[in-house]
Amino acid sequence: MPGAGNGMTAAHTARALHDASDELRVSELSVVFGGLAALDGVSLSVAKGEIVGVIGPNGAGKTTLFNVICGFVRPETGTITFRNKPLRHHQPHDLAKLGIARTLQGVGLFRGLTVVENVVAGAQRRVRAGIVSAVIGGWRSSREEMALRRRALAILEEMDLDEHADRFPAALPYGIQKRVALARALMSDPDLLLLDEPASGLSEHQMDDLGSMVRELRSRMGVLLVEHHMDLVMSTCDRIVVLNFGRVIAAGTPAEVQRDPEVTTAYLGEDVSAVHQNAGDDGDA
Amino acid sequence: MPKIPRPPKWFHLPRQPLVRHLILAIVAAGGFYLLTNDILSTYNTVLVGEIAFYAIALGGLSILTGANGQISFGHGALMAVGAYTAALLMVHTHFNLVLELLIAIGAAAIAGVIVGIPATRLKGPYLAGMTLILAVGLPLLGNQYGSVFNGDQGLVTTPPSPPGSVNPELWLTWIEILGALVIMVLLANLMKSRFGRMFRAVRDDEVAASLAGIHVARTKVIAFAVSAGCAGLAGAFLALSSGVVSSGEFPLSLSIEILAGMVLGGAGTLVGAWWGGIALVFFPQWASSISKAAGLGTGGNAYLGTIIFGAVLVLVMMLAPSGIQGGFRRVGSFADRRLFRPRGGDVTKSLQTGSE
Repeated sequence: MPGAGNGMTAAHTARALHDASDELRVSELSVVFGGLAALDGVSLSVAKGEIVGVIGPNGAGKTTLFNVICGFVRPETGTITFRNKPLRHHQPHDLAKLGIARTLQGVGLFRGLTVVENVVAGAQRRVRAGIVSAVIGGWRSSREEMALRRRALAILEEMDLDEHADRFPAALPYGIQKRVALARALMSDPDLLLLDEPASGLSEHQMDDLGSMVRELRSRMGVLLVEHHMDLVMSTCDRIVVLNFGRVIAAGTPAEVQRDPEVTTAYLGEDVSAVHQNAGDDGDA
Repeated sequence: MPKIPRPPKWFHLPRQPLVRHLILAIVAAGGFYLLTNDILSTYNTVLVGEIAFYAIALGGLSILTGANGQISFGHGALMAVGAYTAALLMVHTHFNLVLELLIAIGAAAIAGVIVGIPATRLKGPYLAGMTLILAVGLPLLGNQYGSVFNGDQGLVTTPPSPPGSVNPELWLTWIEILGALVIMVLLANLMKSRFGRMFRAVRDDEVAASLAGIHVARTKVIAFAVSAGCAGLAGAFLALSSGVVSSGEFPLSLSIEILAGMVLGGAGTLVGAWWGGIALVFFPQWASSISKAAGLGTGGNAYLGTIIFGAVLVLVMMLAPSGIQGGFRRVGSFADRRLFRPRGGDVTKSLQTGSE
């Protein structure tokens, strides 16, 4: 039975396409933009406690996939289920309530809000006070606000960002801004985290930190990671899905994907991959 | 440099929004009482009442435009909704004033929702255009349905009758000031709550806001409704002050003045709304005294007021792009850094944190 004991890697290698422990399941998703298939029958799944990477050359459909999952783009065909519930006609703002958080390719921070306010804004899922309570400014609303602020400060401290709490995002270096964006996503305590190129613009050192941070998240949530940096993807993900021209061309553990000749073709082009394969054969011989 | 000690702890206002804002409002109310009762002449007292109801409209617009990022050229029309509602109630019913004002707020807020829903799909110049049409078109309905709104003649409002020997104009001014202070407390509470944060988040980045779980369209409509409700109350007070509500009271220039006053005072700040109100009320006064002194005819009056307003607006935007209140804040934080923080230590610390 998949997912039952005998070590993470073994279980994931033997894993079928879908199984009952999946949090997110995407089946046969197709999206067409003006006659061009942006996604063509894409299927993948993310289980709780699993980090799944989505890689592929530019224009492969990675961000489109995220946009479909988030409800920004409607698929022509295919289904998305989260915890065995189908997501149809869902809007981006529904995701937080479901327990899905996403970071954006840029930083997407609110520039008119301080760092701590940005993080608090991620907790929309847990706010209760209504507009009447807010207008009156009574204790119900203010207590909730104070609790959220404390929680945001705790997350900032955990991520070593607490000294920036009262600054505005524009005053911070890019790497710090990206961490604040991650902190905001974590504020909602999601069950599934979608990371859209979290390492873009980061230094090598920052990328290592990010990798270990994402690995730590595994105990609390599933992660779907779109990324260009192979090092990060290979060292972080349990499974990898490779997209090219909107289709899944390979899927499996990092080791399996790395060995797949189609992946090398997609990334490096036909001829080079032939050379590469020859070289590999030579090495084996 | 001698170090000035920071004010003691008891001097700081409590953080709880209601308590904090009530304290500020009560202090302000005391100041206004002294100002209107003992210091100013009756004529100037009436002007303070006008400032108060402009501050209500400007405060509401400040939240819509400054905090939520939606521009509105149509607030004069929303004021007309409040004014006509209040006037119709005064003509046809015998409700008490508070109830009439509440209904006027509600009617304008509903109008705000109706305007706000299509506004969620429009941005920048397109939204400006749509609200501009509102400002031009809606007051004309007053002429179109003469049997209800009595056209150019307008509807006569009944001023509230004061208790005892209080001057009726003073009494109305007090009601307007009280209304303005109540609205300021409520708006300040709202801005300190999660709604204030949602407004600003939607203004800054709609995609990120929706991914954080904020219903962007609903948030924008709420901002429009709140803002329109304020305009409605301001309109009702305008109706009471002028004694008559006619379509001519709400020209396009009123909408533009309100927008300009809001920007002048400082978009997104509630104190700025009062600066804007002062500018809207006093600039025409100064203009008329200047033109009298310069020997210009009464025809020059109107233009001179607009010219002064425009000149001050340009000047403020050059010196303090975030409005009068924004300028004060900058001066304040500069003084705070200079006076209350020991120089040496703080500079090195800010260098350290700044250099990473």
